[in-house]
Amino acid sequence: MRVGLMIPCYIDMFYPQVGVATVELLEKLGVEVDYPFDQTCCGQPMANSGAYMEAKETEELFVRNFAGYEHIVAPSGSCVHHIRNKFTAADDTPERRRVSARIWDLPEFLHDVLKAGEFPWAEFPHEVALHVSCSAIRGLYEQSMSERPNDLWFSKQRSLLEKVKGISIAEFDRPDECCGFGGTFSVTEEAVSAAMGNDKLGRIGATGARYIVSSDMSCLMHLQGCAHRDREDFHFLHLAQVLNGDAT
Amino acid sequence: MKPVDQARNALAFLEDDTHEHAFDKLIWGLREQRDAAAREVGEWEELRTLASQIKEHTLSNLAHYLELFEARATRNGAQVHWARDAHEHNQIVYDILSAHGAQRLVKSKSMLTEECEMRPFLERRGIQVTETDLGERIQQLDDQPPSHIVGPGWQKTTRDVAELFGRVYGSDPERADPVYLAHVMREHTRPLILQADAGMTGANFAVAQTGAVVTVTNEGNADLSGNVPKLRICSVGIEKIIPGPAELAVFIRLLTRSATGERITQYTSHFAAPREGGTMHIVLVDNGRTQRLADERFWPSLKCIRCGACMNTCPVYRRSGGLSYGATYMGPIGLITMPAADARRYRELPFASTINGSCTNVCPVQINIHEQIYQWREVMDANGEFSATKKAAMKLAGNLLSHPRAYRAAAEAGGAALRVLPHFAIYNRLNAWGRHRDIPSPAKETFHQWYARNRGGAHPAEEPAGEATAGTEDADHGRA
Repeated sequence: MRVGLMIPCYIDMFYPQVGVATVELLEKLGVEVDYPFDQTCCGQPMANSGAYMEAKETEELFVRNFAGYEHIVAPSGSCVHHIRNKFTAADDTPERRRVSARIWDLPEFLHDVLKAGEFPWAEFPHEVALHVSCSAIRGLYEQSMSERPNDLWFSKQRSLLEKVKGISIAEFDRPDECCGFGGTFSVTEEAVSAAMGNDKLGRIGATGARYIVSSDMSCLMHLQGCAHRDREDFHFLHLAQVLNGDAT
Repeated sequence: MKPVDQARNALAFLEDDTHEHAFDKLIWGLREQRDAAAREVGEWEELRTLASQIKEHTLSNLAHYLELFEARATRNGAQVHWARDAHEHNQIVYDILSAHGAQRLVKSKSMLTEECEMRPFLERRGIQVTETDLGERIQQLDDQPPSHIVGPGWQKTTRDVAELFGRVYGSDPERADPVYLAHVMREHTRPLILQADAGMTGANFAVAQTGAVVTVTNEGNADLSGNVPKLRICSVGIEKIIPGPAELAVFIRLLTRSATGERITQYTSHFAAPREGGTMHIVLVDNGRTQRLADERFWPSLKCIRCGACMNTCPVYRRSGGLSYGATYMGPIGLITMPAADARRYRELPFASTINGSCTNVCPVQINIHEQIYQWREVMDANGEFSATKKAAMKLAGNLLSHPRAYRAAAEAGGAALRVLPHFAIYNRLNAWGRHRDIPSPAKETFHQWYARNRGGAHPAEEPAGEATAGTEDADHGRA
């Protein structure tokens, strides 16, 4: 199976090791990974700020880069949510619709498409807190939502993580409350954003867990920024890094 | 009027640690109680769908139900008035009071009268207005608007209230005991209710088939306000109409569970006819609702039943305080309704959200709140409400991100990475990120470079950089 890999801009620049882990993990699972070199971004930074017209060409560039793939994978729930559900600045063409229908967040792709049953190369003998992003939960339905208490509980990300040898997963309060990143929100409302991030770290910290794992690196970038200011002892890892066996 | 700077107001609220934490804890507690109450109702999600459909049906046939309501209410002996806007509403209320020579008005909580700014209107004309809802009265005594649509004074701690009552009523300012404080309020407010010339209520629902105005309260103050004086006035927003008692039952099951997690409140009162020897007036108010109903994108906000669940779940609301919005309706529902009333004044509100979607999930009438917030951002851009700096920065980002070569050059130019990414920093001073957080450091090698080195493959096609990189130097100055 061949997939088109989308690496979000902030991962490309700040967290290349997450992109590497994604490539290696997919290859270990027998997937042929193809990274289109002309990719830049999904357009979300502009669209999410209300600048719809300014997002158009970037979205259309994305469509051109990825229209030929049967499966498109990105290690970012936020970008995938934008491409799947909010890709409206680009002209409405069959290619655009195809791209929206074929994009997968990495955990979804592992869970739903590959149905990956084990990661024998991965071992992580630590207690971790799993932060599933709002985009992944309420945009992509990778986990049941706390607001709907009568739904059956499930979490695709957690069920993947549980397959890692030696791992234990910490339970913390308000697990699906937003961490406060929110794209441009993180600077336009920086005080509230940082307060939300610090509250999240406080609740995770209370469990004793020192590893925070997420499949949205933008949430982690924000939390890491908050943590470095006040608490030096958290480690932040993308789900792909743990599943790939990068960290032990 | 000057646009409300919600972010700055929120900062002031956050700097006061005691209030921020107490407020977040209290309001999140309501969200937890709401979850527990919803869990008890197996068909909760079906109820939400049904409630949404009832509202959609009623709003789609609004003229029919309003006229039916008017006919039934009139038959019951009430007088029905129609107000196009806030001013007409206030004038009608004042004229009714004048015609009866009424000078002392007691009223229960009504967000509609807040929206119409009725209290100052009447006070300027010599009418004494007394709020009878405990929280609303606290806010009135402190000369503040409500900070939450269900609990107007929730922003205050018990200590704040003790101090306030000490100042206003001479009670013990050190005694921060809720029972004691409730007694102080009762002693001072009951006489005002007994002496009042007129009483006023809002409406949670107006039932077309019965012509009754329904209020849902815990304190019983709506019943006292509406029943003690001989003259009763009910102000009703036209979107509050529902077809009949069967539909009311659906909303009663949802409303209090969503608001506070209670299965039902102490009082669900139907004001159908004037009390013996009295008169009853109902003022039906439009004030922008018809216009919103005609808007394909934003009409669903009219389904709102004012439970406040979206506010309770909103992490931004809980950490910025209700007053930061400078608005009658605050939190997520305020972000999508206030700009409809005044797009200039409330142009920043759609940005006071991480668009995390929790508000939509708790909404008992399934308003797509977070999607509307997103759409309002586009409207603000289209209406020219973006600053020139923000507009230019967005153009620049859009241009750079649609030109792979120029983008790649910027991304791999070491320090330039910080200017390009995080994108959201482009049009803001970087120190807005860095004030409370460390800035991530760019990696020595981008993923792109790693991939080219380790997996080979072609490099990007040649493409002129155009003006994509021009001006990046200036982009991070000035706040949007």
